[in-house]
Amino acid sequence: MDFPALLRNPADWMTQSGPNGDIVVTSRVRLARNLRGMAFPGWSRKDDRSEVLQGLRPVIDGLPGMQDAFSRELKDLDAIRKQVLVERHLISREHAAKSVGSAAVMNPEQTISIMINEEDHLRMQAILPGLQLHEALAAIDNIDSLVERSVNYAFDSKWGYLTACPTNLGTGMRASAMLHLPALVLSEQINQVVQAVNKIGLAVRGLYGEGTEALANLFQISNQSTLGESEREIIARLEKVILQVIDHEKNARQKLALEKPAVLRDQIGRAYAILRHAHILPSKEALNLLSMLRMGIDLGFFPREQRSLTDMLLMEIQPAHLQIEAKRKLSAEERDQLRAEILRRKLKNLPAPGISSGEDPGGTSN
Amino acid sequence: MQCDVCHESSATIFLTQVVEGKVQKVNLCQGCAQTKGVTDSTGFNLAELLKGVGKETIQANSSRGLLCPTCGFSQSDFKKSGRLGCSECYGVFHEGLEGLLKAMHKGVQHTGKRPGQAPLPARRVDYSGQIDLLRKRLSASVEAENYEEAAQLRDELRQLESRILDSEP
Repeated sequence: MDFPALLRNPADWMTQSGPNGDIVVTSRVRLARNLRGMAFPGWSRKDDRSEVLQGLRPVIDGLPGMQDAFSRELKDLDAIRKQVLVERHLISREHAAKSVGSAAVMNPEQTISIMINEEDHLRMQAILPGLQLHEALAAIDNIDSLVERSVNYAFDSKWGYLTACPTNLGTGMRASAMLHLPALVLSEQINQVVQAVNKIGLAVRGLYGEGTEALANLFQISNQSTLGESEREIIARLEKVILQVIDHEKNARQKLALEKPAVLRDQIGRAYAILRHAHILPSKEALNLLSMLRMGIDLGFFPREQRSLTDMLLMEIQPAHLQIEAKRKLSAEERDQLRAEILRRKLKNLPAPGISSGEDPGGTSN
Repeated sequence: MQCDVCHESSATIFLTQVVEGKVQKVNLCQGCAQTKGVTDSTGFNLAELLKGVGKETIQANSSRGLLCPTCGFSQSDFKKSGRLGCSECYGVFHEGLEGLLKAMHKGVQHTGKRPGQAPLPARRVDYSGQIDLLRKRLSASVEAENYEEAAQLRDELRQLESRILDSEP
């Protein structure tokens, strides 16, 4: 599969809806693995990395489901294309910074994505729509068991799978889910929720990993500890907390609809109006407006089929996506204009927010 | 407790120094402390002191500390980057890491997957949490007369329930 094909075929998680898909956008499970006795990528020389790459590439390319894979050495991808992969959650920011000696392999459905020579020799992830942590684990676990047959994993009986960073020791597993929590943010309960989640030993980050900036009201909840618990135990704990957060968000939405219906309609109405008519839209503003639109869909203000459109737009308005679309490097101002243009175009046929049958949150004048 | 230097007077001054993960302790009486210059902050060198009393000297294979024979990684490299050089480093720096891991993780004994195991058996995933939540939301939607949402939730519930049926042996 070539790069244009990858772009044309959105990932399964983008086009399909999963359980609790209105609040949980994606579930992801990543495993870190290394080869015994070979220097970790961060400490290795170029020759070592090449050796590891030559050894691992055919194993990964030969996995079931990878017949039509997108498989590239990073030195063959320019910075913008690598950034597009980051924006699609297919590779990490760290991996995009690599060049010679590293590679990325993903299946056409983009449910499985494997990085060779990122921080560890192998970083393998499964990403599925909605809340499907167990399924994601099963998928990547299968892949891991297959790879294991052909290579010598670095493993210690006491400390488990050995990783470059001690924070990944043991299971080498980072399980995470991306949640859309606009009502908790609007009702200013988000900090409490984040603190409570942190107390249980889970990490909460904003969109695209770093910091807790609430871009598009999207939050990633993930495990921090990887050693001392089994993969299933970690995921069970993570899922339990996520279900509680979902409950809180749903309650917050209902409360908003009942107590502040005007605020809700205003946020959604403004988002609709600006997204459909603006000509200059900075990234942060566009993301937050799309978040309001997405919530509007969940609350019945827009037809439900539009949700995958908003999820795709969240991605398509990212900087590297814009530059690929324009086929050239753009200045910040040009990006803001192109972003607005794409949004106007793609949302042209979205009907004005209406009240779905019965969704009249009281208090309106009749 | 006796003074480690003269072994006569009782110790009243207790020194602890942590260097590259190694803890060194020395107990001194007032007199020896003064003689060794411990009370003089500018002239004080615990390392020298320890050499003098015959205690284990601070590990120093090179000026950088322990080295991994496989990849050449050193303890100070770890301090700088927070990462290790290769799988064999874990054996070399074992002692220093134990405490670090205890603080980072839920436990220091791996209880998860091991190489050579069959893939995790297709377990019967416990969907009860998700099902309860969906049912709760479904009845809330119906009560609020939000029938469109109720229909969507009903579909999701059916999907989950059929998935459970499919996975039954």
